Amino acid sequence: MKKLKIINLKKAQSLATARSIKLSEDTLDQKERANTFLTEVGDLALFIKQIIKETFSRNFEFKEFLRQCYEIGNKSLPLIVITGTIMGLVLTIQSRPAMAKFGAVTMLPGMVAVSLIREIGPIITALICAGKIGSGMGAELGSMKVTEQIDAMEVSATNPIRYLVVTRVLAATLMLPILVLFADAFGFLGSWIGVNIKGDVSLVLYIFQAFGSITFLDFFPALIKTFLFGAVIGIVGCYKGFTAGRGTESVGKAANAAVVLSSLLIIIVDMIAVQITDMWL
Amino acid sequence: MKNEKETSLDPISEEKFTSEVLIEIKNLKKSFGRLEVLKDISLKLHNGENLVVLGKSGSGKSVLIKCIVRLLNPDSGTINLLGKKINIVKGKELSEIRKKIGFLFQSGALYDSMTVKQNLEFPLVRIKRDMKEEEINNKIKEVLENVGLADVLEKMPSELSGGMRKRISLARSIILDPVIMLYDEPTTGLDPVTSDEISELINTVQKKYKTSSIIITHDIACVRITADRIIMMHEGYIYAEGTLDEFEASDDPLIMSFFK
Repeated sequence: MKKLKIINLKKAQSLATARSIKLSEDTLDQKERANTFLTEVGDLALFIKQIIKETFSRNFEFKEFLRQCYEIGNKSLPLIVITGTIMGLVLTIQSRPAMAKFGAVTMLPGMVAVSLIREIGPIITALICAGKIGSGMGAELGSMKVTEQIDAMEVSATNPIRYLVVTRVLAATLMLPILVLFADAFGFLGSWIGVNIKGDVSLVLYIFQAFGSITFLDFFPALIKTFLFGAVIGIVGCYKGFTAGRGTESVGKAANAAVVLSSLLIIIVDMIAVQITDMWL
Repeated sequence: MKNEKETSLDPISEEKFTSEVLIEIKNLKKSFGRLEVLKDISLKLHNGENLVVLGKSGSGKSVLIKCIVRLLNPDSGTINLLGKKINIVKGKELSEIRKKIGFLFQSGALYDSMTVKQNLEFPLVRIKRDMKEEEINNKIKEVLENVGLADVLEKMPSELSGGMRKRISLARSIILDPVIMLYDEPTTGLDPVTSDEISELINTVQKKYKTSSIIITHDIACVRITADRIIMMHEGYIYAEGTLDEFEASDDPLIMSFFK
């Protein structure tokens, strides 16, 4: 009986120990998970700090910056033009029946113009660019990390942040508003085609009606937020590439994470921008 | 055992090179999470010598060489490089030290979006900003001749063979006239003939540029061609240190597994 008690006691002790080990392991896992998230936030903040520091340092890589502007701007243009045109066309065709119910078909150009300029042009362009540019940056820099090219740059006393990151972030920040302007312009063209499917409006009249509905306050906040979208795409794409792991698998992961995170952040930035615009303008 | 080995193999035949110490590492430790990679490493690189660091894969050789140039930050210990404590210097001072070091990466690490010429001029135009275009072209021609290649200037790295990529990478490493060369597995992935050519090239670079080198390898043919002194790493420690003859004469099973 005494012996059994001891066994039970031992069993209880071992169970308690096992539970306490399990609990401490769980706590440790949670702590590590929290640490990973907080570490990533901290790393991203340090990364942004380095980008700002290197942007204003001497020896700016102007040639590489121009090359990136070409890569980001020119090579994304056909995609943006096609998307913009279709966006305008579809928006017009979809809105027409609803507008017709209220006898407001003549207001269609104005409604489409405000929608395109304020929201649809910037957000759709930014999300497409997050897919095209963000994933490209994540994959390219991730691949450079895996093949030790970034290390080689650092060892040869060249700052990889200045050469690879600052140029890409600035190029994305400056090129995105230009791409949005193209998307808006071709959105108008698509919308004009849409209006003319069941009507007969000249391009000049359409543009007159569309621009008659837009004010500076529609255009300006939308333009400002596109700079922010560009910066988000550049920073997240480069950050994910720069922090890619060592295996080839991590290149795909970096590209994927760049698209997912930048798309999410674009929507969050858009929400904040809309709130600020709504409060102050 | 480790201490016995360290003392049983008499270190360094000092006559081949001067006693000036270019790199001095003391009690270096480096872990990744719970994995201790470098447990307690101390070594010296003398002026003019080729020091080979030998060891199995995963013994911490590449981590060691990356700590030397601060691509990785050690957890503890000191690395004295050309009279400066590399683990505490920052910014410009770190860049100045790195300019004096050539690093040949295991993969070559050529910038694959650039031509061979752009790869070679990349460090030159950024560090020696006062150099004229003609001087840059002459320097590129000189290093290409020294590594035994010509007429590849406009080729992309993807168009080159493994051996050619290693040579171009070596050319890029020596283009700034380094004082110290660090080679991370210079012959990995190459056929035996090309491996021997690269090993010979390491000796040629040492003579022409009067460099001192640390060569990380597990290729015994490379060790035989290049080593003035050998350090063997095992499980994060220095297991043995001595000359090639001493290693080849050793009856230690671990050492024999490399030199049989």
